[in-house]
Formats: sequence, structure tokens, C-alpha cells
Amino acid sequence: MNLIKIFIIKEFLQFKRDPKMFIVVLIAPIIQLIFLGYAANRDIQNVDTAVFDRDKSATSREFIRSFEKSGYFSVNYNINDYDELTELIDNGKVIVGIIIPDDFEKNLNTKKTANVQTIFDGSDGNKASIAAGYVQSIASGFASNIAIENIEKAGIKTQLFSSVEPESRIWYNPNLTTRNYMLPGISGLILIIITINLTSLAIVKEREIGTLEQLIVTPLKPYQMIAGKLIPFTIMGFVSLTLVLSVMIFWFGIPVKGSVSFLFVSSFAFMLSTLGLGLFVSTVSRTQQQAMITSAFLVIMPMIFLSGFSFPVENMPVAIQYITYIIPLKYYLIIIRGIVLKGLGFNDLWQECIILFGMGIFILVLSSMRFKKRLE
Amino acid sequence: MFRNIYSISKKELIQIGRDRRSLMIIFILPVFLLTLFGYAITLDVNTIKIGIFDKDKTETSRNFINTLGSSAYFNIVTYINSESEINNLLDKGKVQCIAVIPVNFSKDIASKKDLKIQYLIDGVDANTATIILNYVNAFTRLYSQSIAQEVLARNGIKQFQPLNIEPQFWYNKNLDTTQFFIPGLIAMILIVISVILTSISLVREKEFGTIEQITVSPVTSIQLIFGKILPYLVISMLIAASIIFMGYILFGVTVKGSYLLLFTGTICYLMATLSMGVFISTVADSQQVAFQIAQLVSQLPTIILSGFIFPIESMPYPIQLLSYITPAKYYIIILRDILLKGSGFDAFSEQMLYLLIFATIFISISAIKIKRAKSI
Repeated sequence: MNLIKIFIIKEFLQFKRDPKMFIVVLIAPIIQLIFLGYAANRDIQNVDTAVFDRDKSATSREFIRSFEKSGYFSVNYNINDYDELTELIDNGKVIVGIIIPDDFEKNLNTKKTANVQTIFDGSDGNKASIAAGYVQSIASGFASNIAIENIEKAGIKTQLFSSVEPESRIWYNPNLTTRNYMLPGISGLILIIITINLTSLAIVKEREIGTLEQLIVTPLKPYQMIAGKLIPFTIMGFVSLTLVLSVMIFWFGIPVKGSVSFLFVSSFAFMLSTLGLGLFVSTVSRTQQQAMITSAFLVIMPMIFLSGFSFPVENMPVAIQYITYIIPLKYYLIIIRGIVLKGLGFNDLWQECIILFGMGIFILVLSSMRFKKRLE
Repeated sequence: MFRNIYSISKKELIQIGRDRRSLMIIFILPVFLLTLFGYAITLDVNTIKIGIFDKDKTETSRNFINTLGSSAYFNIVTYINSESEINNLLDKGKVQCIAVIPVNFSKDIASKKDLKIQYLIDGVDANTATIILNYVNAFTRLYSQSIAQEVLARNGIKQFQPLNIEPQFWYNKNLDTTQFFIPGLIAMILIVISVILTSISLVREKEFGTIEQITVSPVTSIQLIFGKILPYLVISMLIAASIIFMGYILFGVTVKGSYLLLFTGTICYLMATLSMGVFISTVADSQQVAFQIAQLVSQLPTIILSGFIFPIESMPYPIQLLSYITPAKYYIIILRDILLKGSGFDAFSEQMLYLLIFATIFISISAIKIKRAKSI
């Protein structure tokens, strides 16, 4: 035990000697979370819109106003021909073009259907389909007003039919801000980058410089060496987790609805697997360059794209969904989002937590064995 | 001058060639990752998992449920009978939405009273929730209209549909989201690999002490920088070509615009990222620090600040300003313009200029830093 303690002290002394490392490990996550917290936003509001009003009537102006009032669209351009619209969309100046036909008012007054053409820049398919949904619902609101007016004009007083209206309640995140969803995810990501990078490089570095041989000839047993290497990184991981969570709570005002202690326990389970992966990378790499490329591309990028961090797992093809089962971050995201946003606890999340522990121990034991073999 | 650059590049190439394993990884990984992630990066919401809480249990309410179930957008996962089940279903994410049909549903419809159907939506993922919201709104309005039409037809009242919205989606008719994200993925793979490779190239010489040998040689700092950048430019161009080709084969991302512009745009981007890498290597003293900085400036900003996943227009203004320092932002605009829209040089000439300014600034700062280090 004493040996491990000395070893840990040695590791921290090494950190101290490289002050830039301290800045990178401790300050960078906070700055990152703040910037990224503001940036990670897919809320769709004030979509840039151009209107080509060929009718220029009171009704068409009223129709355009209903778009402006909605808050989803900002009508920035009133244009007078199709070419202008093509140019605006091609250059990405507007996402939506609304073309009101010249018989708009006439048709509505004579009870004929008016055809309104809407053109969307579809390159961002997600944005376009949400914007199209908004257009549809604004237009149907406008249309139902006209229908009611018509019935009133016809002199029918009694209600002929019932109208069924949707009434939606959004749970957990009533304002539908994407930030609440992204911030816990970013904390997980920052934790990974720190723990995996530190571990994978630290060991390869000793090998490259040749100090690993010195360690081998010391009376340290392999497991003591591994523990001595990993404990400092676990501490660093917890420090940055605490920092990152504080920024989330105090800066962005996203409270942790569930239990913070359970969050730390599951973060520990998660760190077991990331440290294990870092150790594993270090056993398969001979140079720091190899370790960097392996951890950046084979560990961190799959964690980002296959975990559900920004692309929901349910949307992926089934074959890819199977691959996501081996991504520890996937489970950690379910846990951290569940605790922070939904206020869930151990009763709801024990399965994910156990999977993470299992994975962590498995990876850690496997890579320790590999590491031991390489030492001998 | 050119001979010096040539010899530095040649030395660098020999060194790269010696590490066969890294070389393999460098060329095979990007293609593999594009394939894997290309399938995973989608925001298309397939079908919505919905739970039904039918408090009415009449023929009318069953009719409503059948219409809902037969629509392609909803998949009825479960029926519940009490309020207490709602929490559990939404907490565990077993359903994304619960439709609550009120007790007097059929009575109200028969007596022509207005009524509301409640939808409880899991809002944790705001983007998906917005799409669900649009779907349930559209569905309920359609159902309401069908009731109205039936009644009006029965009473022989001439009815008309006031508005017909004809949406047209340009560039991406099926609103497929993968196509939109592929350019971002290409930009990301390229920036990570090029920044990592160059950021450690000089640091490694510092760590091994070989930098002194170069310092005493007649090579100027600008020559040294270009000599370091050139081999990686060639390697990165090859990688770019192979992943753009894979994007075409697997995901049908064709080059709608000019190949020459694509080539020039990619060179501008890589010059910017590679010079960023060189700059990092002049700042860092160890590979570990270089790698951490490289990841901090390349990986996360490219995911979050570049407009890859989160639209830049949705960010607060200060963060929008910050996004100007991520070279991936410009390249993603260029790629989307050339690949998806087929726009010409006018649409993205500004972006190319920014990338070149970026490269010039970083190369000059690095040159000054190296020169200063030399004179000491």
C-alpha cells in the first residue's frame, strides 16, 4: 500500500512539472463547457424567410403576418420574382420561400382553394422538416379561421360539429431547449477525453523515454503499478467532473433533479471503463503518436457518434444499433440524463449502472493482463 | 529555398514510412469510420413510440386509436389503464409520447362540443420532441377535419378547403438527414487527423533533441514549416479523396459542383488545419500536451461550433463570433455548397479567403516563434 502511495506521489510530481498540463486538464473543460453549452443548440426559431406576394391584397398580408407573429419565421425579404428566390436559397440567405398566388384573395372569397407554394432549402433535412411542420400548422390555423368565418357568414348559429384540438404537455423540459439535453452529454464527453487521453499517453510516454524499464526493476508489482497509474487519473477525472457539474448547475442553471451521490457512483463505474480503455490503448501502441491516433479515432469518435450524444440511437439502422451496445458512453448518457433531467434514481437505472460496472471491470482486468504481459 | 523544403519533407516522409502501422491506420481508419458513422448520423425520426391511455373506451375512441395506429408515423407500443403507469413509461423511455383520450370523448363528439386530446411528450431530446409535436398536431387536426367534413356532407353544406400548402424541398427531396451530415463528418475526420499528425511532428523533435540539429542547419523557419506541412498535405489529400469517394459509393453523396473547386477548397482547408497543427507544436513542450491541445481545438469545436450538427444561426451572437475561429465551419459550407447544392465559386469565395487568412496567420506566428527559439 505504501508503495502505491509513493508511486501516486511521483505521478502528481510529474504533473506539477508540466504546468501546461494542469491548465489543459483543469481549466479547458470549464471553458469548453461554457462555450459549448451556448453553442449546442438545435432550437429552430426565426427561420430566415422570403415572401413572394403576387396578390398584394389585405388577405395575403394578413396571411404573411400570421407567419411573422408565430416567432418561428422572420420574414426578411419581400421579393418580386422567382430568380431572386432561387438566388437567396442558393446562397443560404433564406431557408424558406413562400409564394402567394395572384388569385389568393379572389379564390378565398369565392370559396375556392388557394394554392400556396412553399419552397424549403432541404439540405438540412431535419431543419426543413421541422420548418415545414410549422408552416403547415400556421396555415391550418389561418384556414380554420376562414372556415369559421364562412360558416358564420352563412348564418348558421348552432355548432354543427365538435373540433378536436391537441393539447400537448412536454415533460422534463417544458421549453424544449436542446441545451438541457446536450450539457449532461458534453460533461460525459469531457470526462472521456481527459481520462482516456491521460492514461493512454502516460504509459506509452514512459515506454518511449525508457523510464518504464526503471519501473520494472523496482519492487513494484504490476498491479501496484497499474493502481498507481490509474488512481491519480481517477482523482483528476472526479475533479474535472465536479468542476463541469458546477458550471452546469450554477452557470447554466440546470439543476440535478436526482441524487448527486448516485451520479458520482455511476461516474466512477463509467471511469473504470474509460481508464481501462486508455490502458488498453497504451498496451497496443508503441509510440505516443500511435496511442493518440488510436484513442482519437477508435475510442473517442465512436463514443461521440454511436452513443446517442447528438444522434438518437433509435434513429440508427438496426445493425448499427447493435454496435452501440458496446459503447460505455451510451449507458452513461442514459444515466446522467436520467438523473439530471428526469430525477431518476437507482431503482430506474440500476441496469445501466451494473452494465457500466461490469464493462469497466472487464476492460480493466483485460487490459491489466495485457499490460502485465507486456511488462514481463 | 525549395531544396531545403524538399529535404525536410523527404526526411519527414522517410520517418512516416518507417512506422508502417501508423501509416496503415492513417489510411484505413478514416474510410472505416466514415462508413460506420455515416450510417449512425441521422436525425430522421422513424416512427414515434406512443402509448394510449383510453379513458373513454367507446367505439368512437377505438376508431380514433385505429386511425392513429394505421398512420405510418406512429407505432402504438402499449395501452395503459391508470395515471400511475404514465410516469414509469416516460421515465424509462419505453414510449416517447402518451395520448390521453378524455372520458367524455364520444359523448362530446355526439353532442358537438369542442374537446381536447392530451399528449404527454418526453421533452428530454428537444429536437425529437419538436418533431413529435408537429406530428401529433397535424394528426389531430386532420382527425378533427374528417369529423367536420362528415357532418357537413351529411347536411348537404358545400364545403371547401381554403388552403393547399404545396411544400417543395430543394437539393434534398426526401429530407434525408444523413446527406447533410456527411460533409461535416468529412471535415471532422480530416481536421482531427491533420492536426494530430502535424502537432506532434515538431514536438517529437523537441523531445528527442533533434530540433537542435535542424536549428543549426541553414534551414529557415518558414522552410522548416513548409517542409513539415507538405508531406502531410499530400497524405491528407489522399485521405480526403478516399473518404469523399466512399461518401459517394455508400451514401450517394455526389459531387454536384465542380471538381476543381472541390480540390482547391480542400487544399485551402488542409493548409489551415495543418498550420494550426504546426502552431500547436511550437507552443507545446511534450507530445502529451500537444495532443491534448490538438484534441481540444479540433475535435469538440468541430462537432459543436462548426455548424456540423448545431446550426450556427441558432447560437447566441458571441458564440457565433467564436465560431469564426473554427476552420471546419468554412469547409463545411464549401462542401455542402459543392456536394449538395452544386453552387459555384460565388457562393463560397469568402470562405476560401478566410481559410487562407487562417493558414497565413498561423504560419507566420509559428515562424516567429521558431525564429525566436532559434536565436536563444
